[in-house]
Amino acid sequence: MEIKEHSTAISEASPEFHQRDMLLNVGPAHPAMHGIIRIIAKTSGEMVVDSEVEIGYLHRAFEKSCEDTTWNQALVYTDRLNYVSACINNVGYCMAVEKLLEVTLPPRGQYIRTLLCEISRISDHLTCVGASAMELGAFTVFLYMIKGREFLWELIEEYCGARVTTMATRVGGMPHDLPEGWLDKLTWTISEIRTILSECHTLLTKNRIFVERMEDIGVVSKENAVAWGFTGPCGRASGIEYDVRKDFPYLVYHEFDWTVPVGKRGDNMDRYLVRMEEMEQSLRILEQCRDKIPAGRVSVDDKRITLPDKQDTYGNIEGLINHFKLIMYGHGVRVPQGEVYFPVEGANGELGFYIVSHPDAHSTDGCNGMPWRVRCRPPCYNMVAGLRPMINNYMIADIVPTFGSVNMIGGELDR
Amino acid sequence: MLDKFPEHIAIEKQLPDAVHDWHTDFGDRTLIIDKNAVAKVCKILRDEHGFNMLVDLTCVDYHPRRPRFEVVYHLLNLDKKARLRLKAIPDDKVPVLPTITDLWPIADWLEREVWDLFGIKFEGHPNLKRILLYEEFKGHPLRKDYPKTKRQPLVGPQN
Repeated sequence: MEIKEHSTAISEASPEFHQRDMLLNVGPAHPAMHGIIRIIAKTSGEMVVDSEVEIGYLHRAFEKSCEDTTWNQALVYTDRLNYVSACINNVGYCMAVEKLLEVTLPPRGQYIRTLLCEISRISDHLTCVGASAMELGAFTVFLYMIKGREFLWELIEEYCGARVTTMATRVGGMPHDLPEGWLDKLTWTISEIRTILSECHTLLTKNRIFVERMEDIGVVSKENAVAWGFTGPCGRASGIEYDVRKDFPYLVYHEFDWTVPVGKRGDNMDRYLVRMEEMEQSLRILEQCRDKIPAGRVSVDDKRITLPDKQDTYGNIEGLINHFKLIMYGHGVRVPQGEVYFPVEGANGELGFYIVSHPDAHSTDGCNGMPWRVRCRPPCYNMVAGLRPMINNYMIADIVPTFGSVNMIGGELDR
Repeated sequence: MLDKFPEHIAIEKQLPDAVHDWHTDFGDRTLIIDKNAVAKVCKILRDEHGFNMLVDLTCVDYHPRRPRFEVVYHLLNLDKKARLRLKAIPDDKVPVLPTITDLWPIADWLEREVWDLFGIKFEGHPNLKRILLYEEFKGHPLRKDYPKTKRQPLVGPQN
């Protein structure tokens, strides 16, 4: 009875009541938001007229904390930036510091880094595509992709002992060599991921429900993408031919045969297709990397940067001194004065570290045991900043796939 | 002595006093420019030299050195795949720089972040308010004289 009265009340309300814009809060904590972020959408009926994005809910002073650590300790914080592909953050930070130190890893170390980066990239794309497909009702895809991600994380776990917060690298090298039988497991995992990708292609790419929710939604033109600084899959879906691995080669990417997929329309579907193709290309890189990996050391041969072998630490006095000189409080790696910017291709786009080494009052030799400033250029910051034009003038229901295709990662967005 | 790079020479032709210094340490080409010329130099670089993407905008506090702040811009030329770093030094007491939000929309959020964490104002910014921290937060935590152990009560949003 009450319900009926209520509905008549609405239908008899003044015309202004029906035309009035309504403010809709999406988030901060909402199951379809991949983290904590708030979108305030001004809606007229089902359409989003205007919107505002509010971030900062996961701010935990990453950059300030790094200023109070040694160069190697700061590495722990970089794990927490993009927690789906933590190895890429580790590699990016370490390579920035190595640029300041002017050292280069031996080939085997670089190959291991490349392997870990590409494994992380695939796991990141699997999470992104899987989660946004699930939000559109394709729960099977999510389960398949998380299964694949689990296989990849098992590889990472076997290398460094952790699935998510990896800390897989050190300044000037890798902590240790690949475990025995790791490359055979990689071969098995690659074939499993290929199967999963082809299954998901069958389930999604021509699925009418999926395609109609994704095509021509959240369109970003190339000019807008450049102006907002889109990089990575989102930028490439809009037609920006830019991949740090190709254009500013680092590690050993230039030795492999692979391509950069580029979209045309810049809509959600293109972002999905670019990610799917990138995973295939990453698998190709992994295969070539596995076949070409050379033998040798994994870290630079410099006692001031990398720890000595364990038998030296326990076996002779020089080894012991070297060990303690790097481990004790107030010692550690010392980095000369300077500033560098080093970009790597993160899973979401250009992940840059701008690192400043500046002597403080305690420095006697002009070198520093602690970073003066660590600035992380988070790739998804630009996409979330540019989210407003992507969801304005679309339906409320389109917020979910558009936001999913942006792949917001709270850890690197809010730092 | 280093050779000046082409963008540097071109800017010096149009704005003779804009570039104060330059270096190419570690292979990163860097121009230290006048604080009042930031927007003009950025416009020249974007329109005439193809630096169409603002990759990053941040700040470094060199306290207790004077001048203490350096605002750092990283630009990228997507066609030639070239990078350039600009640095501008604002005043210590009232740090203000001209905004570049009308050149790149992404500068909106990046400048808000620099204001939030360093307290550097951007003149002409349409909506200069805190972004990562909450409105009631006192001080600018990435300044070196903000103690690392300082804690503040978390005040909820007004609305």
